[in-house]
Amino acid sequence: MTALTELSIADARSQLRDGKISATELAQAHVAEIESARVLNAFVAETADRALDDARKADARLVSGDAGALEGIPLAIKDLFCTRGIHSAAASHILNGFKPPYESTVTENLWRAGAVLLGKTNMDEFAMGSSNETSYYGPVLNPWRRPGDNRDLVPGGSSGGSAAAVAANLCLGATGTDTGGSIRQPAAFTGTVGIKPTYGRCSRWGIVAFASSLDQAGPMTRSVRDAAIMLGAMAGHDPKDSTSVDIPVPDYEAQLEDSVRGMKIGIPAEYQVDGAPEEITSLWQQGIAWLKDAGAEIVDVSLPHTKYALPAYYIVAPAEASSNLARYDGVRYGLRVDEGADLTRMYERTRAAGFGSEVQRRVLIGTYVLSAGYYDAYYLKAQRIRTLIADDFKKAWESVDALLTPTTPEAAFGPGDKSDDPVAMYLNDILTVPANMAGLPAISVPAGLSPQGLPLGLQVVGRAFDEATVLRVGRALERAAAFSAKPDPWWRGAA
Amino acid sequence: MATELSGILKWIEQLDEVDTADVAPMTSVVDHALHHREDEVTDGDRRDDVLLNAPESLDGYYVVPKVVE
Repeated sequence: MTALTELSIADARSQLRDGKISATELAQAHVAEIESARVLNAFVAETADRALDDARKADARLVSGDAGALEGIPLAIKDLFCTRGIHSAAASHILNGFKPPYESTVTENLWRAGAVLLGKTNMDEFAMGSSNETSYYGPVLNPWRRPGDNRDLVPGGSSGGSAAAVAANLCLGATGTDTGGSIRQPAAFTGTVGIKPTYGRCSRWGIVAFASSLDQAGPMTRSVRDAAIMLGAMAGHDPKDSTSVDIPVPDYEAQLEDSVRGMKIGIPAEYQVDGAPEEITSLWQQGIAWLKDAGAEIVDVSLPHTKYALPAYYIVAPAEASSNLARYDGVRYGLRVDEGADLTRMYERTRAAGFGSEVQRRVLIGTYVLSAGYYDAYYLKAQRIRTLIADDFKKAWESVDALLTPTTPEAAFGPGDKSDDPVAMYLNDILTVPANMAGLPAISVPAGLSPQGLPLGLQVVGRAFDEATVLRVGRALERAAAFSAKPDPWWRGAA
Repeated sequence: MATELSGILKWIEQLDEVDTADVAPMTSVVDHALHHREDEVTDGDRRDDVLLNAPESLDGYYVVPKVVE
């Protein structure tokens, strides 16, 4: 029998409904697994009591026949989501001690569907990073190591704790958020599945804001089917988020196994990154071959402004962040450093002590690009480039149904490898950022191992609000890749 | 930090290669009109909730260092 922590959400769901397992024993198994994996630092808060309480209620509903779509399924929630009365600090010191008196809409939807809360996962501070090294709570370790090499690797970021928790079987699924690749890049680095839905598909209400025109929540799971199940529960219109879109959420699971025969899949030439390792290029070729074998038609397309997406992102995202993060002043919540100072000094000292260096860097860049003399040259210019990027995609949709690309330009790297050069770190998101700039849905599916034995992901990008196609193509890749590699559980009981 | 910021800004300068003279800046990432709702109160009376996380509060107010002499 498969261990309880190794189940997929889909299998756990049917075993719970058939009464073969209980939500309580499922929660207990995960609580124990989380305790034995603390060396990974995937969680910033463990909520064992809450998990067992949720599970007990889920068991009652399973018996009474009132089970929701995720009844009894134990999940981990990124620390960026506000959860009522529970640690919600965006992995930042400035939100020290903050316990929101309200619940984010996405997590509220999950609890209403019957899900069980295991804890809050570690992340890059305010979701700013691609390696989970900027967290106030310390870095997360990737469950994966190169075989025969005991050096640590980063899990990617910013949803690094969620990715590590899913990969190490510490939960059946986790929430992430994706502003420039923060779901898909860590999914690729940990051999897991992650989908960023269309901007507007999931409510942003109650999610700590980083870059409001780019942020989207999405699921991180061990299979495409599980991602479809979780996304269905998370998504939906919310009057509390004016940018959430009031259109029906399809049954993503229903169309998942449909063939991709006859579908047109675009291969954008510009996603061939200069100097990308051979393993990335050959993985991409393999993905093309898989979809061709499944009956899809492969079409070469061009997205000419792709190379400008990342530098434009590093204007738009810091600009919005500098504005969003202006609220952290030590007055209403979180950290306050005053030492008898006057009000201005209190603001300054609080922000200096509360924000880590990457957050400070982005606030400074954002403030600069929005400043009076530079607004046109930077911010307005970036928003014009953004129009061109979105137009490139619109043109592609005239001839294809979805795009296939690698998720990342390389496999997971080591802690500190890119810490000296912010731009080198930013370049890790070069293949994921364009979908955010255009608001489009995109998934990362584990597709193979690098020659060093590390997981690599393929990305599928789709039309706005066509997550169903993205999931279906992702499922076709998953079926063909039959990716079954697992990290060796070196972390179990390690101190 | 100053060197890093200069490095980032220099890297961003590659955007100057793109002619955007006739391109409208993006104002909304999805083609969707903002939703209008009735102008009515849907929430409120939550003073204690609002003050719950204040580093310092007194009698229903936030307390900050003195700002007026």
